[in-house]
Amino acid sequence: MIYALVAIGYNVIYNVTEIINFAQGEFVMLGGLFAVFFVGTLRLPVGVAFFGAIIATGCVGFAMERFVIRRARDASVLSLIIITIAVSILLKGTAMFCWGKDPYVLPAFSPGGPILFGGAAIQPQALWVLGVSALIVICLTLFFRRSIYGKAMLACADNPSAARMTGIPVRQMVLLSFVLSAAIGAAAGVVITPISLMEYDRGALLGLKGFGAAVLGGLGEFHGALMAGAILGLAESFCAGYLSSGYKDAVALVLLLLALFFKPEGLFGSSEAAKLKEF
Amino acid sequence: MSRKDWGIFLGTMLLIGIFPWLVKPFKAVSHYIDIMVFAGIFTLISIGLSMLMGYAGQISMAQAAFFGIGAYTSGILTTRFGLNPWLVMPAGMLLAAVVAWLLGIPALRLKGHYLAMATLGFGVIVHIVLSEEVNWTGGPSGMADIPSLTIAGARLTSEIAYYYLVWAAVFLVLLFCFLVLHSRVGRALRAIHEEQTAAEAMGVPTARLKVQVFVLSAVLAALAGSFYTHYVTFLNPGSFNLMWSIRFMLMVMVGGMQSLWGALLGTVLMTFVGNEWLQVFADFEILAYGAILLVVALFLPRGLVSLISQGFGSRKVRPSLADGSS
Amino acid sequence: MRGLGKSLASVVLIGVLLGGLWNVVVPSRVDAAEPYKIGAVFSITGVGSFLGEPEKKTAEMIAEEVNKKGGINGHPLELVVYDDESDTTKCNLAVKKLIKKDEVPVIVGPIRSGETLAVVSVVEEAHVPLISCATSYKIVTPIESRQWVFKVAASDAHVVAKLFDYMKAKGWTKIAIMTDSTGYGASAREEFLRLAPESGITILADERFGPQDTDLTPQLTKIRSTQPQAIVNWSVGPTQIIAVKNWRDLGMDSIPLFQSHGFGSKKNLELAGKAAEGVMLALARVNVGPILPDSQPQKKAILDYTKAYEDRFKEPISSFGGHASDAMNLAIAALQAVGPDPAKIRDYLEKTTKFVGMHGIFNFTPQDHNGLSKDDLEMVVVKNGDWALATW
Repeated sequence: MIYALVAIGYNVIYNVTEIINFAQGEFVMLGGLFAVFFVGTLRLPVGVAFFGAIIATGCVGFAMERFVIRRARDASVLSLIIITIAVSILLKGTAMFCWGKDPYVLPAFSPGGPILFGGAAIQPQALWVLGVSALIVICLTLFFRRSIYGKAMLACADNPSAARMTGIPVRQMVLLSFVLSAAIGAAAGVVITPISLMEYDRGALLGLKGFGAAVLGGLGEFHGALMAGAILGLAESFCAGYLSSGYKDAVALVLLLLALFFKPEGLFGSSEAAKLKEF
Repeated sequence: MSRKDWGIFLGTMLLIGIFPWLVKPFKAVSHYIDIMVFAGIFTLISIGLSMLMGYAGQISMAQAAFFGIGAYTSGILTTRFGLNPWLVMPAGMLLAAVVAWLLGIPALRLKGHYLAMATLGFGVIVHIVLSEEVNWTGGPSGMADIPSLTIAGARLTSEIAYYYLVWAAVFLVLLFCFLVLHSRVGRALRAIHEEQTAAEAMGVPTARLKVQVFVLSAVLAALAGSFYTHYVTFLNPGSFNLMWSIRFMLMVMVGGMQSLWGALLGTVLMTFVGNEWLQVFADFEILAYGAILLVVALFLPRGLVSLISQGFGSRKVRPSLADGSS
Repeated sequence: MRGLGKSLASVVLIGVLLGGLWNVVVPSRVDAAEPYKIGAVFSITGVGSFLGEPEKKTAEMIAEEVNKKGGINGHPLELVVYDDESDTTKCNLAVKKLIKKDEVPVIVGPIRSGETLAVVSVVEEAHVPLISCATSYKIVTPIESRQWVFKVAASDAHVVAKLFDYMKAKGWTKIAIMTDSTGYGASAREEFLRLAPESGITILADERFGPQDTDLTPQLTKIRSTQPQAIVNWSVGPTQIIAVKNWRDLGMDSIPLFQSHGFGSKKNLELAGKAAEGVMLALARVNVGPILPDSQPQKKAILDYTKAYEDRFKEPISSFGGHASDAMNLAIAALQAVGPDPAKIRDYLEKTTKFVGMHGIFNFTPQDHNGLSKDDLEMVVVKNGDWALATW
């Protein structure tokens, strides 16, 4: 589900910088709203808008890294957290200005009604969500495992000084990670808007639950994120179905807390790697 | 405590004491008293948070949740069971303490981002519970007609009475915290903040101390919650959400995490800014908060207090507490 | 760099402080004829802003109109507006400020029930009349502790009663309800559960969801399994649209769907698109001016307001603006009759009857500070992307 994509975004930045970006949820929101802008105001076709939104949000991620995070490289963890929170608030506020407080909708990517599947109706858009998520995961895994850039980025996370010494431009890698993570978040946002609309304050809750998925799946593990996202989505629907619907939101958070307390490396991370990481 | 500390303490007490009489005659600012009542309530919370963040070096984004626990406990026990508000306050504080203790033990083993997220998650869960448990809390429609506090039969509803009550509590709490900070416990806390492993190596019971400070901050927030409830006589979950937790953090940061006076200054300032001065920028408020938070975090990590003390050139600012690793 | 940063930070903070002092120090205009003030608290930002914005615009528009016509008995009308940011603490402070600093004799707003309830004690203490635009019945009950509080919005009880009347007329007595977990949904749910037994309606399913939920199919699927004859969805914000879409997509459109009156705006119709065809709701007449029969006494006032608002702000009217219109007009009528005396205004309001407003014809009494009944609502159905009067 969408949480998987958000979780992946967290993972990307984390993999490179060991920073948790609280503004991740806002990237999703921006992606959706940018796409609305492209489709609604500029009247571009949805496919173009998809890529346009990704690029636009990528630029925001770029700006965020370049002007804010870079400045704070040597600040304490506490400050970093507050900084990313501050950026997320700023993004939310700016979005409110540009798009107002109303929810917006996008036309679905492919026309057609829901596909009835043994009593449950599946929206074609939901298939797009799954498809896009899977595609992104595959691409990212390939990128990080195979390509030079990807491996370089991972090296930066493990040991920035060593990486620098081998000639890896750490700063650029960090920048790239933010841009990438923003782009992924944006993709999630665009793909989800036709189903569940998008408004300026959607970011926070999405970000939180996405983080839950990220931790559950193991910070840094992409397929972990995908699985965890799916698990989270299922758990939510389950809860909505059988327990009180209102508590549905709490489900993700309780899972998050449990994961953090008892298994911080997530379901799919390796425990040795976890011991090396600082929790 | 040094003579200078006492000087600041008494001086501030005096200032707060005469404030109402200074502004009451002027129509344009007479409502500042009301703002200060809220500022006082919030200061209770930020003192606790400052102890936690500035001295013990731990982050908590759940203060609004503890604020809410105290507030709703007071509200429920006084409306449903007709208990005396004064007797109920300790109940709220106790509940908050227990919850904080239970949460703190596993949570404070985490560091940095993880702790932040854990407290954030906890805060949101509490908020959801407050909204969902309609039978107890009235849910989102809220709980109305909560009785106000009475002293010897007289209902405390006027701002001036509440003002003195709340600020008296603030100063008592400040006194308590200063005493703690100047004791062995305080030194141990600072050791933990600076370098936890070293502190542990020296035998400081870090885990236990961290939880204790966490519990203290929760208890203070709950006390503030009780005061809030009986003042506004209406509660709804919207006053205890994530945004408020962030606001409290902002208050502490702006003033200066390292100093309890910073917490006080930051809280008063931000309460006025949020309710009075930024009225000009009503729509901009979110942006303004984000901007201020960003600016302070990036450039002024030790808050306003550091500006002031550097201005007087007096206190030597401790070098590595806010920057560097934690 | 650090030094530069520090200076920047100091400049920003000092700028904010100065901005604040400016507010305090600069004296306000002094007019020749003393202005009559109306205080207003709206949720211009925050979650309630989609309610607050049209209300603020309406209030300002009406104030301007009045001043163009020479004010109230020659006194210019000064509208003092504060934003409560959809937050009870700020609302509390805003009202206190209106009373102490601006010394207004009457207050319009707040727009949400939660915020209103938070300031009831303030106005009861200060003896200043408040005309709220919010819906909860708790705002005017118990009347003994609400002597100074009025409201101009129909209570949820009225809307629910209207819906039940319509359902009984159509023979639908077994229904399902789904409400959101905001004050809006929660208080309506209470009314549904309370009024159903005495109206002969059985509620087969009672589902709840969060206001930011993006998928309501679990709730709808559960509802479907109870086989109700009608479904009522009560929420605000995007979930209203999602509910309609999900209802259509799940193929449940053979079961009639009712929405809350919060759905009653053109924007919502646009967002929901074709999926909303056939959806029904009980709506205040302000929303459907053009389709009302000419014999309806409110029609002219509504059409005037509709035209004025749409010409001025280039956006369709909404229910909420209508509340502000009613509150403002009541306040203005009171000021015109008895001048800026809070107690006299309160007494005047309590005696106001047959007041034609956007949301109905108000008949206040000392016991009834709401003045409306279920007859002030109209059953409408969505037809071809627009409103049409429902057939009984």
